[in-house]
Order: sequence, then structure tokens, then C-alpha cells
Amino acid sequence: MKRGNTLKLAIAVILVAVVVFFSIQPLTNSETGIPLGLDLRGGVHLVLQAETGKDGAAITNDDMDKARAVIEERVNGLGVSEPYIQTNYDKKRIIIELAGVNDPDEAVKVLQTTAKLTFRDPDGNILMDGSLLKNAQAAVDTSSGRTDYVVQISFTSEGTSKFADITTKYLGQKIGIYMDERKIQDPEVSVPIVDGQGQIQGYSSLEEAAQYAVMFRSGALPVSMSIVEKNQVGALLGADSLNKSLNACVIALIFIFLFMLVLYRLPGLVADFSLVVFSVIVLWVLYGIGTVLTLPGIAGFVLSIGMAVDLNIIVYERIKEELKLGKSLRAAVDAGFSRAFITVFDSNITTIFAALALFLLGSASIQGFAITLIVGIVASLFTAITFTRWVMRWIVGINPRMSKWLFGIKEVK
Amino acid sequence: MADKYKDKKALKNTAPVVTPAASEASYDDVKHEHRLYFNIVKKRYIWFVLSLILLIPGIISLFTQGLNLSIDYKGGSMFDIQFNEKVTQEEINQAMESVGLTGTVQLADGDTSAIVRTDALDQAKRDELLDAIQKQAGSFDMKNVEEQLVQPAIGNELKSGAMKSLAVASVLILIYVSFRFRFVYALSGVIALLHDIVITLGLFSLFQWEIDAAFIAAILTIFGYSINDTVVIYDRIRENERRMKKKDSFEDMVDKSVWQTMGRSVKTVCTVLIALLAIFLLGGESTRSFSLAMIIGVFFGAYSSICIASQLVVEIKKRTSGDNKKDNPVES
Repeated sequence: MKRGNTLKLAIAVILVAVVVFFSIQPLTNSETGIPLGLDLRGGVHLVLQAETGKDGAAITNDDMDKARAVIEERVNGLGVSEPYIQTNYDKKRIIIELAGVNDPDEAVKVLQTTAKLTFRDPDGNILMDGSLLKNAQAAVDTSSGRTDYVVQISFTSEGTSKFADITTKYLGQKIGIYMDERKIQDPEVSVPIVDGQGQIQGYSSLEEAAQYAVMFRSGALPVSMSIVEKNQVGALLGADSLNKSLNACVIALIFIFLFMLVLYRLPGLVADFSLVVFSVIVLWVLYGIGTVLTLPGIAGFVLSIGMAVDLNIIVYERIKEELKLGKSLRAAVDAGFSRAFITVFDSNITTIFAALALFLLGSASIQGFAITLIVGIVASLFTAITFTRWVMRWIVGINPRMSKWLFGIKEVK
Repeated sequence: MADKYKDKKALKNTAPVVTPAASEASYDDVKHEHRLYFNIVKKRYIWFVLSLILLIPGIISLFTQGLNLSIDYKGGSMFDIQFNEKVTQEEINQAMESVGLTGTVQLADGDTSAIVRTDALDQAKRDELLDAIQKQAGSFDMKNVEEQLVQPAIGNELKSGAMKSLAVASVLILIYVSFRFRFVYALSGVIALLHDIVITLGLFSLFQWEIDAAFIAAILTIFGYSINDTVVIYDRIRENERRMKKKDSFEDMVDKSVWQTMGRSVKTVCTVLIALLAIFLLGGESTRSFSLAMIIGVFFGAYSSICIASQLVVEIKKRTSGDNKKDNPVES
């Protein structure tokens, strides 16, 4: 009995240590770990609202799909990893989240361009439009012996013949590339382009060339869209928020650990141990269901740690009461847990209700908070009622006659 | 006050499954254990008056000056700009005026950063404004501007969503507590949590602290926490009520229950406040209004569970059953 409990305890401690050790890397890896929200890594959250045009025609779901495709194309052109794009057909909105972009401002500008691409002669007359363009890619051209940043363009078969005509006719002159009425480029035709493969030169950097390439590719939006909501956080500010909130987490944890240790001594140590288990469970569940960690999410996590501690406090206070009534350690531990169960259950179900209401009706960032809170409460119910109970039983099993001082009460003769 | 709470039917409905105690702590034991013991139930009118004193200025303020809603709720544009050098309020104000805008400017970090709030701007107007600030006030890195834009229509949606979640949460809690305890308990509990919410809202209104999108999460968590705390005490009352003897008074039993859970109440509120204070002090600007609301709410949640919810149960029971000895306990 005695040896069996010691063994179980030792195995549990080692197991938890191993799990924690092997959890750190996969959970915190910036590429594959728990994804950070844009408030923690910088980025843009945009809600675009499709607006009914002048002709008053209703916006169809098909329009929304086209608009989404165009936007997706533009987003991909920006090279953002894991962009989030969602269509809300009811409200005719497209929600875009680009986390971790270096220059959120530029991203918004590229997305906002709703204009139609045209090629025009030096007098501004339209020669052909951008729908005949098949592709546009930024590239580095070193064929002339120096580094040129260029945009390589290719045309559809119809576009190829048309562009061949144009470049033959306007050889040595400038062809304007327009977005709506805005001239964005004015390249000079140096050779006729007959094979549908051309290249525009004169960019100062590859990034600049890439921006133009995206603009050429994406063409026009089928409906006009306006920004109704925008949340833009610079990468530096995001990193700053992340550091601050992690700091807050660490400090809160240290104080709570010490607090429990001082208050409850041996059971306090057990509580701290099961808090570690609790944290690992919560983080893995959040990772498993693909939650994005945001500032409110971290706050929800810290709060759920507080609530998890509460469960231990309820149980331990019960155990202390039973001990004061003169019960043996083992009986007190068992009674404490079974008596606290109903209390813990009832009190936490009510909190889950509040969190559920938040989840069902709240906005995206608040949902993150609600999910963390719900996962936190369920996980704390598990750890406080089962895990802590096992460990406490093993400890009491090792030495049922240990000093009650270790349980935070004065020794009664 | 004797045997009317010993109705067998009521006991069957509410009796929790617990292992039978070999003995239980007497009221005197509980009194002796707490050095600071005083009769909370007998002083209940003091708490009611105290709560009114706390509630009334807040309610007046809510009606007269209302809440300071952030652009999340009323729509608008907000820019948090980190300048490369010191700037002055005037320079930024002039830059705003030069493009025909009005709004508020708030300087921070030794006048090197500014929070500018104005109407909801479209992209062109926004560029114009940032350009003007850059030229007239001081240079800054466009890449690190924090920016928020909410059109008024979206703000309204958020507001109605918030009201809905509050209503849904209240109804769910009311039903659950009625089901697990009795309607009197649920009613007192919900009054106590409305008390916590109104005090929190009242303080935010009095001091005109800004209310952002995360604030609603704080309010709903206060809901959850406050009733959670109350239920723990209710649970003890339910347990002790079953063991009441003929000569015991309901008031003494509630007082005993409150004191039996006092250790837990104090310790729990301490741990949660530790966590919240850490977020408040170290978590940065964006979670400040959230954590401040939580700190106030959690503190009053603990207070109201002890001094309002349980005492309302006593008060309502006393008034509805009167002093005449009818043999029917108040239940739903």
C-alpha cells in the first residue's frame, strides 16, 4: 500500500514533468504552435461591406463569391501566411484577417483597390483592358548586367495578338497603365511584344514590383466595397502586447503558486502541481481546436487559473473542516472531495452559462475569451475533482498519520 | 422560527448527495473559530443601506452623463501614433483642422505618442489626415501605427449583441439556480449580481472610464463569477438547512453558513484579484478597461454574495412567511 502510493506519486510527477517538457516546443513554436491573433503579432482585421451600385440591383451571392475570389487573389499576392477570409452572405460582408504583415497599411491599400485595369495610348484613349492579362509576376532581371526589378506579364491568346498590334503601333512611345482614371505606370515600348510575354521595368525594389504585379493580376471587383471595420496593429506594438501579457501571466502564476503554498502547505503544493497539469490541458485543447490566441484570450486563461484555484480552495477548506471535527486524514480527504463536489459543480455551471452566452452572441475577439474560459472551467473541474484527488489520496496513503500541520491546521492533541 | 423549514418534501427536492458527517461543527464552534466574528445577518440592513449608497451615485451618473463608449460601440476612427520626436497637442490639433476634422488628442509616453480619435474616416480622408500630421506635427513610422475604424452601423450591431448576451446569460442563470435551489435563492442571487453590474457600470460612468469591446466580456464574467460565489454559500445554506433542529432559527443558520464559507470566500477573491491585478498592472493598455472592470466586479461579487444575496434570502423568507407560524416553507 505504502510503497504502491509512493510509486504512483513518483510516476505522476515524472510523467507530468515529461509532458510539460515536450509540450513547450510544439505549443510555443511561432510557425506551428498556438497561432497568435493579430493583436499579438501585428496585422489587419478588415470588414468589407458590399454596397449596392447606382443601378440599385441587389447584390447576389455570386457577386460576393467573385469579390471574394478577387480579394483572395490580392491577399495571396501579398504573401501573407494563413490569411483568414470569410464571406457573410446575409450581411454582404467579407471579413479579412491578415496577421503578421509587416506593412498593414500597404496591405489595406492593395485590398481596397477596386479599380479596373486598362492600357491606354499617350492621349489617354483605352487600347485594351486588364481582363486580357493572364498573369503578372515580380522578378529580378540581371540580363543587362545590372539588377533590374521587373514585372513579367503574360496575356491570353486574344490579349497576345492585341498587345502585339499595340506595341508595334506605339513603338518608342509610352503606354499608360491605368487603375480607373489613375495612371499607375507609364512604360516605354522598346520592342514590339508579339509572343504575349512582356516585362515592365523601372521599379526600385522587388517589393515595389510585387505590389504592382498584384494590382495587375487582381483586376476589378464586381461590386464596390467599403471598409466598415478596420483594426490595424503594427508588428512592434503586437510584440509589445504579447510580451506584456505573458509577463502578467508569469507574475500572476508565481503569486498564485506562492499563495497556495503558504495557505495550505502540502495540499497547496498538490494544488500547484495540478495547476501545471491544468495549464497543459487547457493549452493543448486550445491548440487542438485551433483557437487563435488573442489578448482577451490570455485574460480568459489567467482568469480560469484563478477559478481553478478556487475549486482547490473549496475542497481544501472542506478537508480542513473535517480534520477539525476530528476525522482521520484519509477520511477527511475523502469527505472533503465528495462534499465539495456538488458545490463545485453547481457554482461552475453558472459561469459556463455566462461564457456560453458570450460565445454564441459575442464578436470574434470576445468568442476567443469565452472559449478559453469554457475550456478552462471544464479542465479545472477535471483536475480539481479527479487529478488532485488521486494525488491527495496517494500522499495520504504514504503516511496516513502525517502531521496535520502540513494541512494548514494547528495540531490537535 | 422553528420547524417550518423542515418540510419533508422541500428536503427531498434539494438534498444533495453527501457522505454523512460523523458530526458537524456547531454554531458556537464556527463563531469561536473566527477572530473577527460578528453577526452578519443581524446587520443586514447596514449592508442594504451601504449598497444603496454605492449604487445611487452610479445610477444618477448613468442617467445624467451616461457611459464613455469607445469607437467600438459608437463608430469612429482611432489612431495610436508613435512619433520619432516629441510633439505637442496643438500641432496635432492644427493638422486635424487643416483637413477639416475635429476630434480628441491624447498624448502619452512623454509626449512621443498620441492617440487621436475622430469620426469614421474613409481611406482617402485617413491618408490625408496622417499626411497632415506627419507634415505639421512630427514624423512617425507608418508601419507601426495602431489603427481602428468602426462604422456606426457596426457599433450598433455590437451593442445589440451585447444586450442579447446579457439577457440570455441572466435567464439561463435564473433558471438553473431556481432548478438547483429555489426561486427565492435565484431571485436574490440575480438581484445581487445586478447590484454588482450596476456598481461596476456606475463607477465607469462616474469616472468616465472608456468602455471598449472587451468590457462586455468583463461584465459577463462578473455575472458568472458573482453567481458562482453566491452558489457556494447557498450550497452551504442548503446543507445546513437539512440539519436544522426545531429550536434553530433560519437567521442563525444562514449566519453560520456564511461564516463557514468565509475562509474560502476571502481566499478565492484574493487569488482572482492577484490574477487580475497582474493583468491590470502589467498587461498593457489594451486590456486595462477589461481588467479594471473585472477587479471592481469581482470585489463586489464577493461582497454581494455574503452581504446581499444571502441576506436577501433571509429578508424575503421572513417577509413572505411573516411571523405567524404557518407550516409552509417558501419555495417555487
